[in-house]
Amino acid sequence: MEPHLSLAPEENPKRVAIKIFGVGGAGITLLSAVNTSEFAGIDFVAVDADSPAAANATVKIQLETKLLRGLGSGGDVERGRAIAEEQFSTLKSACEGANVIFILAGLGGGAGSGISPVLAKAAREAGALVLAFVTLPFECEGNRREAQAQQSLEALRLVADGVICLPCQKIFRLVDENTGVVETFQTIGRLLLEGVRGVWQLLVRPGLIPIHFSDLCSLLRDRHAENAFAFVTATGPARAREAVEKILSHPLFDDGRVLAESNAVLVSLTAGKDLTMAEMNRVMDHIKRQCTHAEIIMGASVDATLQEKLCVTVIAAKRGLHTNKEEPALSITPRGEATSLLPGHHRESSVPRSGRTRRAGAKLIQTQLPLSIVSRGRFDKSEPTLHQGEDLDVPTYLRRGAVWQ
Amino acid sequence: MFDESNIVVGLEIGTSKICVVVGEENAEGAPNIIGLGQSLSNGVRKGEICDQEKVEHELRLAISEAEQMADVEIRSVYLGVTGGHIRGFNNRGKHPVVTADREISEDDVQDVIKNAKAINLPSENTVIHAVRQNFCVDGQDGVMKPVGMLGSWLEVDMHVVHGHANRLQNAIRLVKGMQVEVDDVVFNGLASSLAVLNNEQKELGALVIDIGGGTTEYVVYVEGGIRHSGVLAVGGDHLSNDLGHGLKLPLSRAEKLKRDNGSALVKEENRGQTLSLLNEFGLAVKTVNVEYLQRIMSLRLEELFEIIAQELEQAGLTNYLRAGVFLTGGSSRVPDIEKLAERIFQMNVTHGHADSVGGITAALDQPEFATAIGLVKYGALKKRQRVQRPNLTTGLKNMTNMVGRLLQRS
Repeated sequence: MEPHLSLAPEENPKRVAIKIFGVGGAGITLLSAVNTSEFAGIDFVAVDADSPAAANATVKIQLETKLLRGLGSGGDVERGRAIAEEQFSTLKSACEGANVIFILAGLGGGAGSGISPVLAKAAREAGALVLAFVTLPFECEGNRREAQAQQSLEALRLVADGVICLPCQKIFRLVDENTGVVETFQTIGRLLLEGVRGVWQLLVRPGLIPIHFSDLCSLLRDRHAENAFAFVTATGPARAREAVEKILSHPLFDDGRVLAESNAVLVSLTAGKDLTMAEMNRVMDHIKRQCTHAEIIMGASVDATLQEKLCVTVIAAKRGLHTNKEEPALSITPRGEATSLLPGHHRESSVPRSGRTRRAGAKLIQTQLPLSIVSRGRFDKSEPTLHQGEDLDVPTYLRRGAVWQ
Repeated sequence: MFDESNIVVGLEIGTSKICVVVGEENAEGAPNIIGLGQSLSNGVRKGEICDQEKVEHELRLAISEAEQMADVEIRSVYLGVTGGHIRGFNNRGKHPVVTADREISEDDVQDVIKNAKAINLPSENTVIHAVRQNFCVDGQDGVMKPVGMLGSWLEVDMHVVHGHANRLQNAIRLVKGMQVEVDDVVFNGLASSLAVLNNEQKELGALVIDIGGGTTEYVVYVEGGIRHSGVLAVGGDHLSNDLGHGLKLPLSRAEKLKRDNGSALVKEENRGQTLSLLNEFGLAVKTVNVEYLQRIMSLRLEELFEIIAQELEQAGLTNYLRAGVFLTGGSSRVPDIEKLAERIFQMNVTHGHADSVGGITAALDQPEFATAIGLVKYGALKKRQRVQRPNLTTGLKNMTNMVGRLLQRS
């Protein structure tokens, strides 16, 4: 590990230029929630099909065309996509100058679902890394919106470097029955905000054990089920234990069940200068015990302004259970070599996965290996060779999620 | 013609080939290889027979080839067995020395060995080997010959290799059905280790990994005795299958690519290199990325070694292997495999050579034949034991039994 000697954020020479985009009605609401003094120095851009007047943003883009006559996308994804593609250059120029672009959107409607993938593409073309924070609609919103959201999510995954998605349905675990609608939406906003804050801190705070953006992307890419994330803070002498307890009891983690099922977990610890190795060890130890099968990416940083607070961000990603029909691609970097290339972080090999294939990937980098069905090839009819729950007859490179670029 | 009793035959019904090795004991009792017969095997998957008829036919070919070459008639064989169902574990037997003077007798030794063999196996399993390791007299470990020593408790560590009785019986019945007797059934891993290791290496501690077509056997020797053994039903077939799957090729093509361009580590010069596959008219039909090919193989072999390394780690044997790791079996021909293994085991890795037998040397120096040669060696050892130790006590027992029976009858 290479400990950075400079600890204060402003001494960091390579500052990441970040822009946060809110797309669609929900996205702009979320954007307004994020736009606080904490995120000073970040550009906030609101994008919508109709006028994003209400947005609390530095830049407002209305993708207004004659096509819509000033009205919104009307819940139609195709319309949303069409106007976004028409205004592609506008979006692209809005993305200029940023290294990292966050997209906040509520999927399911017309604008959020239609524009976000196009925006992500524009941002990539402008040379930025794209990370999308999206919500999926409530189940009560109906199948069409659900389908639109899923479709858009797939599209987004193909173009964005990482997608963190929060199914609204999960919120029911966080709120009780008597909670008002406004409050519920505030909760969603807060959760997403926590996610954004956690990731933002990963990127801008110089790490003692830095997490590179590429680590984050490789974690989020190709994981097709939802990600779960938690951002917890704790203070006091027993803060490490408190943080661990908070993480394990976090509603989005289903009492730690999500951690056990996930196969990639990113953990980032941030604390004041009094962060001890024992604390880091305790937190990591507990998390590691929870997710024996996961690849763990760990980061730690020191922020003097936090004083006695310990912040822990956990992002857990799980491979999808439903297979994708699209042409798959492989990504990430080869095992072993990745660790040697990226010093200063700890990686654990990902292991057992039930006999499922790796889900198809995000970017079409290379189309040589279509892995939609698990094949045991010539061992199809023979007794499976099981070793610690893993079927060794399935090619190793599939089970280990290897990777060609 | 040779005297029949001098001939020891090893038979391995492997996943990729059936191999018969004929050995002849010389005057000192050391085996000399005089014949070799082999045929491609199509009726075996992962070391176990799945098509009796095919195997029977191929076995007949191999045996007749060996008979012709050695100019003998093969009456009985030492049969090598393997398969994912075979397991090895250590068991300790305990026996109190009850005689008044506390002197350990031959009977005590036999009893303690019997105790150690009495293990809880699933009812369908049977013991293939029970190898004695060390005796322990009143907590004093490492006793080789306890007879005559004083003590109140005699203990012995045994390494027991067991497997599924019916599945083992399948191979035995098939051989017997061809009017060939089975002298003994031997675990392939044990046979290979006999062929590859000399006594000094066994004493130092060594790991033998036999990577065959369908299975990989591994055996650990510590202080001269077998301490650990096991089978993984993963072998060269898996390499081909992975390649066939990953590169979208038919198995036969994958097999050929594995042999021609395979490597256990991605070679620097092959990075990004592609290879055109030609059809029978010499036209390029497909291009294959050599780097991917080698990485797929590398991942599979890496996993295989990792599993074995993990197992040894759990058994606490990693620090005892001073002679290092020995690779054998057909799949150990993959280039750079020793470098990969060295990286994972963090110790010296060499290709094992079956050089402790005499005879047709060209045939002996191939990793594929280690098992069959080991079988011959095992047979020769067994024979020598039988000749050298005309067991007095058992002889006497037999006689008293006979007398007893006679008395009963009258």
